[in-house]
Amino acid sequence: MVKNIVNASGNSKWLSLAGKWITLLLTLVIVQVLISANIINDYIFSTLVTIGVNIILAVSLNLITGFTGQFSLGHAGFMSIGAYTCAIITLRYSTVFGFVGGVIAGAVFAAIVGFFVGLPTLRLKGDYLAIATIGMAEIIKILFRNVLEDITNGAAGLSEIPQFNNWIWLFVFTAGTVILISNFIKSSHGRACISIREDEIAAEAMGISSTKYKVIAFVTGAFFAGIAGALYSSYFYYISPDLFGFQKSIDILVIVVLGGMGSISGSIISAILLALISTYLQSFPELKMIIYGVLLVVIMQFRPQGIMGSKELSLSLLKKWTEGIKGRNGGAA
Amino acid sequence: MPILSVNKLSKSFGGLMAVSNVSMELEQGELVGLIGPNGAGKTTVFNLLTGMYQPTSGIITLYRDQKEEQIQGLKPYTICKKGIARTFQNIRLFRDLTVLDNVRIAMNKNVKYGLLSSFFHSRSYSDEEKEMLDNSIHLLEILKLDHKKDELAKNLPYGEQRQLEIIRALATNPCILLLDEPAAGMNPAETAQLTEMIGWIRENFKLTILLIEHDMSLVMKICERIYVLDYGMVIAEGTPAEIKSNKRVIEAYLGEEM
Repeated sequence: MVKNIVNASGNSKWLSLAGKWITLLLTLVIVQVLISANIINDYIFSTLVTIGVNIILAVSLNLITGFTGQFSLGHAGFMSIGAYTCAIITLRYSTVFGFVGGVIAGAVFAAIVGFFVGLPTLRLKGDYLAIATIGMAEIIKILFRNVLEDITNGAAGLSEIPQFNNWIWLFVFTAGTVILISNFIKSSHGRACISIREDEIAAEAMGISSTKYKVIAFVTGAFFAGIAGALYSSYFYYISPDLFGFQKSIDILVIVVLGGMGSISGSIISAILLALISTYLQSFPELKMIIYGVLLVVIMQFRPQGIMGSKELSLSLLKKWTEGIKGRNGGAA
Repeated sequence: MPILSVNKLSKSFGGLMAVSNVSMELEQGELVGLIGPNGAGKTTVFNLLTGMYQPTSGIITLYRDQKEEQIQGLKPYTICKKGIARTFQNIRLFRDLTVLDNVRIAMNKNVKYGLLSSFFHSRSYSDEEKEMLDNSIHLLEILKLDHKKDELAKNLPYGEQRQLEIIRALATNPCILLLDEPAAGMNPAETAQLTEMIGWIRENFKLTILLIEHDMSLVMKICERIYVLDYGMVIAEGTPAEIKSNKRVIEAYLGEEM
């Protein structure tokens, strides 16, 4: 009897895993077909690229801020490292290998910088850490603008970056980031990160080295932000230091907070939502920022924990919601 | 055979000597009480033993697996890994996580699979995670909290939160357990239940327990030896019966005779 139950749950696990892979594959193929048929034109596709890049940025910042509880305001700095590394490499070696190598090198560079920045600053807490990370991002920006001028072309930025990023690369890297980070969260190391957010003193008393896990979260977040930057520069032709300023870090943080700190599906939903709103409002440029701002105020007013809170979108949650709605309707009738 | 010996441990905060020259010894398998009036420095002793504070002076020696090792001034997570676990006076659970996750997090120090395994969910990940899950549920079962495993820690009633804190400390697989006022805020029935649980844990887990407590019914009933602290100093040591009749202890608690 007991054995049967175990088998059944094992089967359903496999089914849901297979279901996930099939969904991913279908999305990949369907969108590719739509692009080939030109139903998704260049304009829509550039929105898709923005969404993909923002998902990677938001999910990786969520690991640092939402799950590990370390308030970082310098995520755009890591993104810029990936963007510049990949751009410089593909400008020299304009092949697919150059692109893939550039993405990986960008991510690794960002992670290395994340390690050396994280080691001293992660001893700081809350507001102090936030200010230190702003400083870190500003330093990176100035390095690209003034110090490394010879290879980064200074404030004028790099242009005519070869475009290798297409739907397949975008999808593989975006889905890969989401899968890897969700996997990490569901592991013992991920739970150690979450325990630091919950109560750092108790976590240390339970044998968890808070410095170690904060640095792991920070380095991992930086790595994926580097990938996002590389994907960005390999699609939009042009990068300059000012694209990766404080404003960009805030934009990423807004996606995370709006989606829900500690919810990966929340970050994805809010990255899509914000990109759609901003695309839709493109035709009213003077109203765009006002409406965007009002929307943020309204959502934070009525749902301060963000769209998803710290929950993840799942079948059981959907079931609960539909039951709740049915129950309410039944009560009204 | 001693398992922990504390030699002339002192801690000062600025000019205040919170703990001065405290020496104590815990024998393997003993259940020892640490009592004293409010502000006597009991919790400070705990914080020194677990690495939350750095001692001003003094030596703490841990004897485990036929090795002796000085542990004063080490980081809390290192001391926990060496086998000293604690609970907190004002409960410090991971409030927004489930009961099960609270226990699993405490088992993190035994995890052998690396970061890459956790990203790619390799075979060693699934094997160890399954083992960890089974161990956690087993631990919750024998301490009768398994029916609440999916509840958030903050939604547990007060007594069960205290119980979960003890279970979480046990999950780190300690040889010494430090309990900081486990019965604080409990009614007599809950205290009686807790007393039974502490005795049971000590028998079944082969633990050495050091316990801070104000509830004298609990202390006198289960402790074999008691240390009494006042103004940061050990003023008496002995069996419950000796402590009850010790003049200095009575003075410390009730004041001197006029």
